[in-house]
Amino acid sequence: MNFLSIFVLIPVLMLLGLWLVKGQKGIRSVMVVGSSCLLVLSVVLTILFLQERAAGNTAEMLFTASLDWITPLHIKYAVGVDGISVAMLLLSSIIVFTGTFVSWNMNKEYFLWFTLLSAGVFGFFITIDMFAMFMFYEVALIPMYLLIGVWGTGPKEYAAMKLTLMLMGGSAFLMCGIFGIFYGAGAQTMNILDIAHQANGAHAIALAQQHIWFPLTFAGFGVLGALFPFHTWSPDGHASAPTAVSMLHAGVLMKLGGYGCFRIAMFLMPQAAQDLGWIFLILTGISVVYGAFSACVQTDLKYINAYSSVSHCGLVLFGILMINQVAATGAVLQMLSHGLTTALFFALIGMIYGRTHTRDIREMTGLMRIMPFLSVCYVIAGLANLGLPGFSGFVAEMTIFVGSFAQADTFHRVLTIAACTSIVITAVYILRLVGKILYGVCTDEHHLKLSDATWEERLAVICLVAAIAGLGVAPFWISSMIDGGVAPIVNHITAYAADLSLNPFM
Amino acid sequence: MDYSQFLYMTEELSLLLVILLVFLADLFLCREPKEGEQLEPSAKSPIAWVVLCLFTVHTLVNLLPCLNGSMEVTSAFGGMYQHSAMMTVVKSVLNVGTLVVFLMAGGWLSRPENQVKRGEFYLITLFTLLGMYLMISSGHFLMFFIGLEMASVPMAALVAFDKYRYESAEAGAKFVLLAIFSSGLLLYGISLIYGATGTLYFDLIGAQLSSRSLMSLVGLTFFLSGMGFKISLVPFHLWTADTYQGAPTIVTSYLSVISKGSAAFVLFTVLTKAFGASDLASEWNRALFWIIIASITIANLFAIQQQNLKRFMAFSAISQAGYLVLGVMGGTAQGQTALVYYLLVYMVANLGAFAVINVIEQQSGKIRIDDYDGLYNTNPKLSFLMTLCLFSLAGIPPFAGMFSKFFIFMAAFNAGYQWLVLIALINTVLSLYYYLLIVKAMYIKKNESPIATFRSDNGTRAALVICTIGVVLFGIMGVCYSYIDSLSVL
Repeated sequence: MNFLSIFVLIPVLMLLGLWLVKGQKGIRSVMVVGSSCLLVLSVVLTILFLQERAAGNTAEMLFTASLDWITPLHIKYAVGVDGISVAMLLLSSIIVFTGTFVSWNMNKEYFLWFTLLSAGVFGFFITIDMFAMFMFYEVALIPMYLLIGVWGTGPKEYAAMKLTLMLMGGSAFLMCGIFGIFYGAGAQTMNILDIAHQANGAHAIALAQQHIWFPLTFAGFGVLGALFPFHTWSPDGHASAPTAVSMLHAGVLMKLGGYGCFRIAMFLMPQAAQDLGWIFLILTGISVVYGAFSACVQTDLKYINAYSSVSHCGLVLFGILMINQVAATGAVLQMLSHGLTTALFFALIGMIYGRTHTRDIREMTGLMRIMPFLSVCYVIAGLANLGLPGFSGFVAEMTIFVGSFAQADTFHRVLTIAACTSIVITAVYILRLVGKILYGVCTDEHHLKLSDATWEERLAVICLVAAIAGLGVAPFWISSMIDGGVAPIVNHITAYAADLSLNPFM
Repeated sequence: MDYSQFLYMTEELSLLLVILLVFLADLFLCREPKEGEQLEPSAKSPIAWVVLCLFTVHTLVNLLPCLNGSMEVTSAFGGMYQHSAMMTVVKSVLNVGTLVVFLMAGGWLSRPENQVKRGEFYLITLFTLLGMYLMISSGHFLMFFIGLEMASVPMAALVAFDKYRYESAEAGAKFVLLAIFSSGLLLYGISLIYGATGTLYFDLIGAQLSSRSLMSLVGLTFFLSGMGFKISLVPFHLWTADTYQGAPTIVTSYLSVISKGSAAFVLFTVLTKAFGASDLASEWNRALFWIIIASITIANLFAIQQQNLKRFMAFSAISQAGYLVLGVMGGTAQGQTALVYYLLVYMVANLGAFAVINVIEQQSGKIRIDDYDGLYNTNPKLSFLMTLCLFSLAGIPPFAGMFSKFFIFMAAFNAGYQWLVLIALINTVLSLYYYLLIVKAMYIKKNESPIATFRSDNGTRAALVICTIGVVLFGIMGVCYSYIDSLSVL
């Protein structure tokens, strides 16, 4: 048993604890203790990881361990982390920790499903065996149905069903892709590293097979990464979900998509990734711009943020599809940055909605005077989202665009310039939003009586703001760690020659 | 004749012993009502205890030597009767399923009109099980046919068990007519095969048949249609919905799992043994390819529209049968493992769901999906267990259903049917939709007059415990699959 498995063990123990305790106090203490343990564990993991790297351990994955699981099919429970997964684990534990405080008044069943969801997320990031990853991936998806369906707002039943079915449709393609990879590589191992480096009986996947399974796998993960045209679950789902679930979903779950695209689809099928990546690059370019434009015309706070997420998650896929180290590092930074800012956004929207009982921006104005703390944080979240230097968004987007522009051909250049426009559009909708609801004079007399944030809300918000600012001011620790994780993957992909004739735009 | 050959049939003999003992017990333990006496619903039933104890002993006695690995491949009566460890495992799976059904049946059998028939229920069920045993172990078409008939004729009696209920009697009539018709088809197919080869031993047929003779092709077709009826695959599924709806819920659960599972395993055995020649294999693979696509898709589309839960489960069972038969594709050892494993997992999940449906029907008489609205508020535990079982049926991890689906798809993929797997996978999304409809009814929808809170009987509780343990553990514990795989040989 490797200590990485504790990341799954803690949520399982939390489930057990939640099942046993009685009363709101007991539930809260289980959740706080459990999520704090996760946070501490991920910080410890980061430190250990950096120490190990500083000590000169250059293995691609650290802390690897492997346990036989279903031997006849070569399925193992294999764990291991590199810079990318450590960053993702850190992100997940921050979101789970703050999400606990944001959903302070929720009941036991809610927390049970919430914890199951986080178990899936942590499991996904620590495992490096395709079957185990797929299992955890689905464990993370299904609690969403009940979380949105029972505790959501608005057209929740419709949104929950749409989200679940679309994501499960994605995972149907994904399962097919996994079979394709497993049998294409010789049916000897499900371990990602073994398949990529053709060790332990795996051989290279034939090019013709890669061309079939790469689009399936990428689209399968892409559904969760809000890839156009499979993004339509995202606005409805996020808008209807309860606050902490929106946070976890936009903050962490959508990153599962990007992470999976990079780690499984592109890493294991390098030639197809280069040959056919252009299709997805165009689609994701559309997500980036289309998402931003859609956010401009929305009037519901959550819809604005959900479309903004489509746009920013599009940048993640955009970065990794550029297949160069700088852009891919930027993409992972964007996962982190977007995870934190969008979680902050959703947390604040939830808090504001909890007070005003409306999310329509036409019905709110002048909130700055009524709830100064929440409003100031809202401005911070907005600025971080539009990429103001000093916050994480700037670091991430800058790195992505610098990396993308380094691709010297017209196709990539044009797409990069098109995607860059999203920065401007983001500024438009964020500034309009902030001006509309926060400044001005409050006209609604009910709103005048509202109170500012409670202590648990403040704690959650401050944690997120600190993380965003920390990442923005001193990105080098994290970014060098991510860079170290991205490099072997990008080098592995670019080591194969691309067949440019498949791209009609080159 | 050498009577010692009977000793090879250990499982059948021990089941027969159980049946005889239950017969005797039934004589003394079941009370006939006197003239004009009204029976009260009573939970006390000594016969149930006798059956449960005997049957548990029977299950363990047969399974344990097999788990030790001391089982040898044997055959008796010149190869008419075959016996291998894999067959014992399948029979044990059926045993566990039957045991769960018996546990669930307590509430239903304690109704006044059923009290006098308690013993009969157990006996008839055990007789069908004996038929399935013979079917599984057959190495000869006659043996196979005897087993099949022994399994299906008493089954009609079971379906019509609530004979005073119009639907039950109607379902029984439908079942028996169609069962006889399909047996006729099957028998005609067998006779053609005999005409083509001059033998009925699976092994000998396998060596002689080829697709060059039209007679053997027609024989294969009739055989497939007969089996398609037993497993209720589209287009031979038309009896399923009516029969499932009309039959007593306990019998429906037995039909949907035990009867179907044994037939699917036998389909695999016969197709690989008797029709295993490569040119014939490509024929039945092509046929099954379309049958599976039709079964899964059409059943899913129909299931979405159902309001009656038993009809709903009927269509769900048809589509699950389609997934089950995916393991037959290509006739590989991996497919056989996946099929048996799928059967095991499907059994616990489906029986768990039926246990909830049955206990709610017994307590409140409600059987429609919209009756389940708001069930979570009144009976949280039952709803939770139902949700686990439905998630497992839909293939959601960490429950066992996802593992079994993954493995059976993997087997079909490995056998070269990639596109079939993709179509089946897309269908799992459809099936998730309708399973979620029930979850939605229980958890999300509001109801002004929900099903009242009640305490389920101990038998149902025990059944649910067994099913839940299965649903949670069979997947995570990889050893189940590995064990079955170690026995799977062609």
